[in-house]
Amino acid sequence: MVDNESDDGGTEYLKEQPDVSLWSAKGSYKKARFGVDWLNHLQRKYAHEHWTLVVDPDEFLVYPFCDTRPLRALTDWLDASSIKSFGAMLVDMYPKGPIDNIPYRPGGDPLDIAHWFDSGNYIINRNLQFGNLWIQGGPRARTFFANEPEKAPALNKIPLVKWNKEYTYVSSTHMLLPRGLNLVYDEWGGEKASGALLHMKFLSTFTDKAREELGRGEHYANSLEYKAYAAGLETNPDLWCKWSEKYINWRQLEILGIMSKGNWA
Amino acid sequence: MTVGVVILVHNAFDRAEQVIRHWVDGGCPVVVHVDQKVDQKTHDDFVASLADLKRVKFCKRHACEWGTWGIVAGTQSASVKLLAKFPEVRHVYLASGSCMPLRPVKELVQYLDSRPRTDFIESATTSEVPWTVGGLDAERFTLRFPFSWRTNRRMFDGYVKLQRLVRFKRKIPAGLVPHMGSQWWCLTRQTLSAMLQDPERQNYDRYFKKVWIPDESYFQTLARLYSGNIESRSLTLSKFDFQGKPHIFYDDHLQLLRRSDCFVARKIWPRADRLYKAFLSDDGLAMQGAEPNPGKIDRIFSKAVDRRTRGRPGLYMQSRYPNRDWENGVTSAPYSVFEGFTELFENFEPWLAKVTGARVHGHLYAKDRVEFDGRQGSFSGALIDNPILRDYNSQMFLTNLIWNTRGERQCFQFGPTDSQFISWMLATDPNAHVSVISGAWAVRLFQSNRNFADIRQEAAHLQQLENEHLSALRSPWAKARLRVWTMAEFIQAPMEPLQLIVDEMTGKTVRRLTEAPRMADLTGFGQFLQNLKNQGMHPYLMGDFPIDPSLINAPKKPRKPYLVR
Repeated sequence: MVDNESDDGGTEYLKEQPDVSLWSAKGSYKKARFGVDWLNHLQRKYAHEHWTLVVDPDEFLVYPFCDTRPLRALTDWLDASSIKSFGAMLVDMYPKGPIDNIPYRPGGDPLDIAHWFDSGNYIINRNLQFGNLWIQGGPRARTFFANEPEKAPALNKIPLVKWNKEYTYVSSTHMLLPRGLNLVYDEWGGEKASGALLHMKFLSTFTDKAREELGRGEHYANSLEYKAYAAGLETNPDLWCKWSEKYINWRQLEILGIMSKGNWA
Repeated sequence: MTVGVVILVHNAFDRAEQVIRHWVDGGCPVVVHVDQKVDQKTHDDFVASLADLKRVKFCKRHACEWGTWGIVAGTQSASVKLLAKFPEVRHVYLASGSCMPLRPVKELVQYLDSRPRTDFIESATTSEVPWTVGGLDAERFTLRFPFSWRTNRRMFDGYVKLQRLVRFKRKIPAGLVPHMGSQWWCLTRQTLSAMLQDPERQNYDRYFKKVWIPDESYFQTLARLYSGNIESRSLTLSKFDFQGKPHIFYDDHLQLLRRSDCFVARKIWPRADRLYKAFLSDDGLAMQGAEPNPGKIDRIFSKAVDRRTRGRPGLYMQSRYPNRDWENGVTSAPYSVFEGFTELFENFEPWLAKVTGARVHGHLYAKDRVEFDGRQGSFSGALIDNPILRDYNSQMFLTNLIWNTRGERQCFQFGPTDSQFISWMLATDPNAHVSVISGAWAVRLFQSNRNFADIRQEAAHLQQLENEHLSALRSPWAKARLRVWTMAEFIQAPMEPLQLIVDEMTGKTVRRLTEAPRMADLTGFGQFLQNLKNQGMHPYLMGDFPIDPSLINAPKKPRKPYLVR
């Protein structure tokens, strides 16, 4: 865990955990290229030749068979298949009704509140420079960015990598170098195995956070995203629509075509 | 008589130990081959862990690299030792440390006892095997392979190419007909010892040492020389994926494995605690001599390979983003596009929905908004009616829509007034069933209350757009199912084409259409076109329209009273 000067009691809590190594990063999140520098350093130092999963605290990994097979089964299979990186796109989760209707309390399962998602409005372009896919869409694109979709946040992520000290994340966990690691997709019609990161951003804590982050100005592209949220949240904070899908399990995401088993059976 | 087991081990020694104990408990002597590459300490610990078992022996170690001779050499050494040390053995079963017996060992012994002279070894001639990786089948036996495939692929491939170039061919020893098959076999003492004691063995070994993946061909070929009774199948359930590596079984495969009735399965994930507990502790479930039936497992694994190599047509997602023309289906299902129909008929959408039961949208690509069915603000998959978001990636808007509504036929209207980005995609998609009444866009202009100069300019523009669109649909690369009528042609006998379209969508109804959509009032339309012509514009997409309005919208003659007495 990297703690960037949090003041919500997170530091104290994490220090007490027996299975957490805690680093504290002083200074600007933005100047550390939105945390990427911190992570790359830690991974270069400690993660060489290990499988590493890099996630934000509000991202929950779902992968094929995650209800019956541990993560180790996945990484063993990836090893056996000579696959070095595993893609898992962000799926924004949201509650039904205005975001702050149901208060989130520490320790609760966010999935109990925010269990809705968009199933089929994702847009993909290929990033020719780095070879990765650039995925946009979901509730953020349709509510906050419908009139300027090119600014909608990226949803493609490659959080699970058999790390090597030569590797580096370029922009968050959206893309890596060397470029070959970004080829988590098949180009000849087949499907590679992939997962999803359930993104629990839209809980009751969000409205305050959006205002706070806007004040800090420490976020990507001059906090453009948060400006859009702040503007959107005052008028219509309900992300739910009648075509929203209620989350059940990974198999549902597989059937909907959001993730894939690939040839893992 | 009993069954002896040869076990090849290179990792997961704790599991190997468990499996070996299980074989021994079931009454089978075991000879173990440990890969030479395993370090001495691990090897010694492993040997020590089995020291209490009298009926477990270890043989000379060979270095095993995938695809090379070491695995065969190890199998030979172990087999020789097994046959020599345990004279009561009649069948020898070749297994690995990650193989697991699914049925009680007793049942396997019984099964083999009732087939005392049968050799179970999958063995097919090279021309009949579809599973080879890298295109090397017959060439496995005629080229040399001194470089490692795993660690030195470039040299491996280069050397193969070179040999092909100079037409190098090794001589296959006289009397041998190359056969291939699964590495895992079960042979009788007679057959196996005949192979191992053959005076020609040195010759054969020398030849096979340079064959590619000899563990899949050495025993499979030689068995054909000595066996009187080959049953060409493996008793070990082992499935390979498209890269030639074995599929792995996990805890959630428990029921599947139980119901397969197979004797032995591989590979088992070493941490699949539930599988090891279920199959090794209580000696499995007795299955009363059932024949192995791996059909269901076969299906699951072949589906997985299909998913990996062909994917789901029409799906674009984070791990499937096919290059152009490799989509294996641009969209996921057939859909219908109508051009000019809503212009010509006043109630075309509800009429079509009623007669076909399909989902009928308006102009999905209208410039001002997405006209979903019923003009909803959003649609399946949480697509929304914002035209900017749609046009940001207009092709994926359509592929998403078709994917999201799998199982329901989609129809939408299209025309030159819409944004034209998907024109080319429609033309090249075999799922697109496009019906065009060319020139019908002029009806809206005809009905509008605008200055004629503006109308003339607009008409010229729309005609140009529709013409470009039609040339795309008619280009040699087009794959869409296309029907084009000029407006003049269509209104001559509108029921015929409508019937055709409906039949095609619903799959040939015998029923004749009883209700037609209501056609717009075209009185004066011919004169309208003539006016355009008089102003110097040439409206040609409508076909030849008569100026005399009476020919189009002729007043209906009152029907004669018709009485039946």
